[in-house]
Amino acid sequence: MTYAADVAALARKDLLLELRARETLPAMALFVLSALTVFHFALPATSSDLAAKGLLWVAIVFTALVGLQRAFVVEREHGVIDGLVLAPCDRSAIWLGKALAVLGFLAAVEVIALPAYSIFFSPVDGPTIAAVALADLGICAVGTFVAATAASSRTRELVLPLLFLPLVIPVVIGGVGASVAGGSARYLGFLALYDAVFAIICWASFEYVVTE
Amino acid sequence: MSTAEKYVTAAYLVVFVVVLGYVLIIAAKMQRLERELGELVELARRRSDG
Amino acid sequence: MSLRNNRLAAWAALALGLSAAALALIFFVAPNDADQGFSQRIFYFHVPIALTAYGCFFVGAWKAFRHLWKGDPTADLESYVAIHQGVIFGVLTLATGSIWAKISWGHWWLWSEKQLTLFLVLFLFYSAYFMLRFSVDDGPQRANLSAVYALFGVVLIPISFLAIRLAQNYIHPVVFTRHGPAFHGTILWTFCVSLAAMLALAATLYRIELTGKRLDSRLRELRELLA
Repeated sequence: MTYAADVAALARKDLLLELRARETLPAMALFVLSALTVFHFALPATSSDLAAKGLLWVAIVFTALVGLQRAFVVEREHGVIDGLVLAPCDRSAIWLGKALAVLGFLAAVEVIALPAYSIFFSPVDGPTIAAVALADLGICAVGTFVAATAASSRTRELVLPLLFLPLVIPVVIGGVGASVAGGSARYLGFLALYDAVFAIICWASFEYVVTE
Repeated sequence: MSTAEKYVTAAYLVVFVVVLGYVLIIAAKMQRLERELGELVELARRRSDG
Repeated sequence: MSLRNNRLAAWAALALGLSAAALALIFFVAPNDADQGFSQRIFYFHVPIALTAYGCFFVGAWKAFRHLWKGDPTADLESYVAIHQGVIFGVLTLATGSIWAKISWGHWWLWSEKQLTLFLVLFLFYSAYFMLRFSVDDGPQRANLSAVYALFGVVLIPISFLAIRLAQNYIHPVVFTRHGPAFHGTILWTFCVSLAAMLALAATLYRIELTGKRLDSRLRELRELLA
């Protein structure tokens, strides 16, 4: 099978599993709505719209984290990882397929989150949406990679956020900058750079994460 | 000592203390290694006698 | 004494000599800065410590690369020790930078200090390295995961630096500026000697820790053979 077909098959597997189980997506959606509610109470009366914009990004990052905690659970529980590794596909296809699935979940949740944010706080403008789209790519690429790394650890639920958050700080900076600052092109360009750089190194080094 | 001098001294002291702390940790580790080596020598001696 | 012991002693002697020379230069020879006065002397330690920390992280990444690419058997341990050194010097960077900020501007922490913020991010990142390493059982997988993470670290350094620079535009206006010392004459020399001293110190501590860990693993091996 071709590389693209492998990736598509792997991504489709995850999306179908979620379609049937309906566990992760509702949880992520509920989480993001709860988070936005908490943020309302976390912002004193004199806070500006800008502070709320920043918190939107916090919500996105932590919702992604919630979804990522489940990313490789099924594979591990049923010993599927070894099977995937032994399969005659490029190991990086495992990463890419899973990352695309996570991207699907995150995008689906944002379809709910962004309108909710617009209603709770202030309208979401074009640069913000563009930033969210670009940031999603980086978050899913790095997040999937880190989730696979954490899956090998005894304390995987603890280690995943610790590994994920420092890596995702530049994404938050890019996203908030695009939402808040004047010249958003600069921040969108930076997000694109982040996505490109980290996608490449994730793709190149995933092999070493799943093999010995 | 002026305030500036106090802070500069503090900064250098921090570096000094951290390095000394490191030395302490290494010293403790060396003691432990020595003790382990002693135990292993005992084990080896018992092996060669028995 | 084997050759390895001699090398460690040589590095230690070099570190000692350079540190003594650096301290003498810093406190007796270098002139007071026109702008900041006496407090500028922290700079002679703070910046070399920061540069040494970067150096350690790069060495860690280089050893990690050698582990993954060449399968060098000692590279995993060397990478781990280098990153450990990097974190220690990173913490020292944060501590000395914080004290310098306190003297210069009266605040223990300044988000507008890009170097300091970058080191905070790196400290978080490399601390997670240890969390990861200690939560995976010893073996080839732990070595691989650690190596890949170390490589991600050096990619993160420039990206984070760029990001933090971008963030300055919307976080708050840059109110505090610090004029770097004019790099000439005594100041340049003092700085170079201090930098050399820090690097030698890092190299010495690195070798000491590496020797300690190698001893540890060989004793363990011996114990298994005898038991």
